[in-house]
Amino acid sequence: MFKRFKPFFALGLLLSVFFLGGCSNYIVLDPKGPVAAQQKDLILYSIGFMALICVVVYVLFTFIVIKYRDRKNDDNYEPDQHGSKKLETIWTVIPILIIIALAIPTVKSIYDVEKVPVSASGQKKEPLVITATAVNWKWIFSYPEQGIETVNYINIPKDRPVQFKLTSADSMSSFWVPELGGQKYAMAGMETKLYLQADHTGTFSGRNSNFNGEGFAHQIFDVHSVTQSEFDKWAKDTKSKAPKLTKKQYDQLMVQGEAKKMTFSSTHLKWVDHAKEADYAVKTRERLGEVPQNPHGSKQKDANKPESDSHGESHSH
Amino acid sequence: MKWDEFFVTGDPLIYGADVSIVLTVIGILFYLTYFKKWKWLWTEWLTTVDHKKLGIMYIASAVLMLFRGGVDALLMRVQLATPDSKFLDSQHYNEIFTTHGTIMIIFMAMPFLIGLINVVIPLQIGARDVAFPYLNAVSFWTFFIGAMLFNISFVIGGSPSAGWTSYMPLAGNELSPGPGQNYYLLGLQIAGIGTLLTGINFLVTILKMRAPGMTLFRMPVFTWSALITMIIIVFAFPILTVALALMTFDRLFGAHFFTLQGAGMDMLWANLFWLWGHPEVYIVVLPAFGMFSEIISAFSRKTIFGYKAMIWAMVIIAGYSFLVWVHHFFTMGQGELVNSVFSITTMIIGIPTGIKIFNWLFTMYKGKISFTTPMLWSLGFIVNFVIGGVTGVMLAMAAADYQYHNTYFLVAHFHYVLIAGTVFSCFAGLIFWYPKMFGYKLNERIGKWVFWVFNIGFNVCFIPQFILGLDGMPRRVYTYSAASGWGNMNMLSTVGGFLMGIAFLILVYNFYYSFRYSERENTGDSWGLGRTLEWATTSAVPPHYNFAVTPTVDSFDPLIKMKRNNVNLKPKIEDIKKIHMPDNSGVPFFMASFFFVAGFGLVFEWYWMGIVGLIGVFITLIIRSFDKNEGYYVSEEEIKETERLTV
Repeated sequence: MFKRFKPFFALGLLLSVFFLGGCSNYIVLDPKGPVAAQQKDLILYSIGFMALICVVVYVLFTFIVIKYRDRKNDDNYEPDQHGSKKLETIWTVIPILIIIALAIPTVKSIYDVEKVPVSASGQKKEPLVITATAVNWKWIFSYPEQGIETVNYINIPKDRPVQFKLTSADSMSSFWVPELGGQKYAMAGMETKLYLQADHTGTFSGRNSNFNGEGFAHQIFDVHSVTQSEFDKWAKDTKSKAPKLTKKQYDQLMVQGEAKKMTFSSTHLKWVDHAKEADYAVKTRERLGEVPQNPHGSKQKDANKPESDSHGESHSH
Repeated sequence: MKWDEFFVTGDPLIYGADVSIVLTVIGILFYLTYFKKWKWLWTEWLTTVDHKKLGIMYIASAVLMLFRGGVDALLMRVQLATPDSKFLDSQHYNEIFTTHGTIMIIFMAMPFLIGLINVVIPLQIGARDVAFPYLNAVSFWTFFIGAMLFNISFVIGGSPSAGWTSYMPLAGNELSPGPGQNYYLLGLQIAGIGTLLTGINFLVTILKMRAPGMTLFRMPVFTWSALITMIIIVFAFPILTVALALMTFDRLFGAHFFTLQGAGMDMLWANLFWLWGHPEVYIVVLPAFGMFSEIISAFSRKTIFGYKAMIWAMVIIAGYSFLVWVHHFFTMGQGELVNSVFSITTMIIGIPTGIKIFNWLFTMYKGKISFTTPMLWSLGFIVNFVIGGVTGVMLAMAAADYQYHNTYFLVAHFHYVLIAGTVFSCFAGLIFWYPKMFGYKLNERIGKWVFWVFNIGFNVCFIPQFILGLDGMPRRVYTYSAASGWGNMNMLSTVGGFLMGIAFLILVYNFYYSFRYSERENTGDSWGLGRTLEWATTSAVPPHYNFAVTPTVDSFDPLIKMKRNNVNLKPKIEDIKKIHMPDNSGVPFFMASFFFVAGFGLVFEWYWMGIVGLIGVFITLIIRSFDKNEGYYVSEEEIKETERLTV
């Protein structure tokens, strides 16, 4: 796909190295999975074109501004020169060509990232399904097949695609693990799907990137990429050893606040599907008397952190 | 409600602001009383319907808002300069970035441009005023009152903290209780009335009040850009009005348009907001394009290159501005086809913009370029705006946008567009037309300092933010950990931000310095390079009726032709006839004041106060409806005296 435009690709790479001071240092340009890798290729490809446009404009700009500055000798002065069909056609057609050159790989990538990723070895594997639910300001992950649930971290097997089913209990949030691929919104009353895959083992940081209030900066989670056998062992151990998630515990998680990492041997899916029940968290907060307060109200000043008193597992900021 | 809920308490920064507000108000009251300026203030400014004075008031308000929004920006930059900073807490930071965004777009960029449009456009088309001068005053006062209502939120009741986009359900009662978000809704709603009326007013003005002979394709590019902008306003602002009203119903009256409960649609808010919000970007950038066209042409001493292409490019941009809104949320999961379509429409909008860049370059080609400060800002615009443009095309590529979205890459991009485009144009236009408003130029030497310090600061501030974005730093976080490695770039960005702040202070000093020391202009054509009718007035600052005799036009760049043909711009004494002008009116000021009462009441859900305010608004409407005032005539003698004509 990209071969025809290799020069731009090279120019983009060169500029990234020069301008960004070694692209491998920057998370988005240092992919750890096929989805992020494809997006990185698209980014570098576009940077190549953009650099070319900048160079053309800046060279022309410098030439014109120096040559036609106001000075004594003005043989070239043509105050009534008001246009040129030829020139104007050139700078209409060239941008159109550039747009076409950018649009084709863009559309291809848009379709590609919605498909199950193919691992480096080329084999197609059945994706692991994980439900990710955003709640102000934490992430709750359910593994429906394994029957386990985690808070603020996940383990995934490397070289196997993962299908995230994203939803939210309250705010519009955005699920983003930059090293594995681009983000997608998680919304209450909706389910969106995102495919990611890790080609390496390691820990990658993920977060909500869509602003949703006070604890937004700390709504982060860890993605541990491990081998399939390690993953299977972890899932089995969790199922047998971790505590069961109680409805009471789950409802406490619905209260606004940050949370520690947690692990459970059962999921919340039997009680609520936030993709179908958008107001579950709001109703739960009302029931528990943990409704968010006006940040400038007097109640807020007396008891600044209502969520910290109510239960041990969430800690406040 | 208790008093400690009414006033924002507990933060030393806010107490500092309280003190400075009280001192400033006392200072102003003292000045007005001591120098007996109350009558002057009332007759010359508060009741005026003169487009030039309203324009100056718009610009003065915008500069004030630039200060407020700039202080917000610097507070944010201080907080972000170092990892794990404790300078601001999360809530305070969230309020500040919300007010920064809202103020800069709605209460700085728009009024600055509308102010310049107010001052220049009627002169540029050879008109005596706008089509509806009274309505123009209503526009200004509703904008001003909306801005003031929004601004007091940080000392009374607390500021909104859901971002300038106010996405639901975050901005709803369930997650953002308290008056803060109501300020956003009511402040924008009241100011929006003014903007919509401006749109209608200037649309009619430009279409109906041009000087004889000025056909559409003889209009200056700035007039064209204003015309197209007004069309966008008339189509886009009703969407905002409706969206704000729906959210107001949600918050005040328990409706469920966008809420979590009652099957509300939070995605609908995002769509409505950007269906207005994207055209809004072009509302603040097309007049900028228009001004740069005027300035580049004037200081290159050359007619604009590709005039018709410039116009059609703007028309296409205006049309397309309504077809790209989804690119603000490619990540909402609307599917491959929708994202592909909006990716392509967004990229296409880059084509006419690119055409314009080349036309500006070739306007200078074979010209004689003088590097005055307005021209420097225009040249700086070309260099910096290209970066904003190309990164915009990168963001348009949806699959890549999944990685840029909600990061500092995006933040850097839109600052390159809005600062290099809109803010540079406001500075350039203000300096260019300053003699038209005040009769003297701003000092060029100080002006060049402003330009260079601001430009260097601007790039030092925002280039690092592109890199931070690619390194995964999300926007709107109030802090970050040292382990993220974002510290150095953020510190650099903060240094750049402060350079821009210093440049602003030098600019303000220049206002004072030039007021004291600048040479006063004697002619209407202060730069000696004017090409359009605003420079064809007989005095530097035009009299309130603008032109003693309405000029006639038979070409594009009419003043250039008049100069070449040695046409005497002084009106002939036999052509002088009495001039019909509108009377001043205090009603718009009172109407807006009642809007303030209504808005303030609704913010705190004190419905009696809201009702009282709205009744007041209706009374002012009725007073105006039964007002038989037909204006007055400026007598021939007065005109002759003003124009220094003797028999």
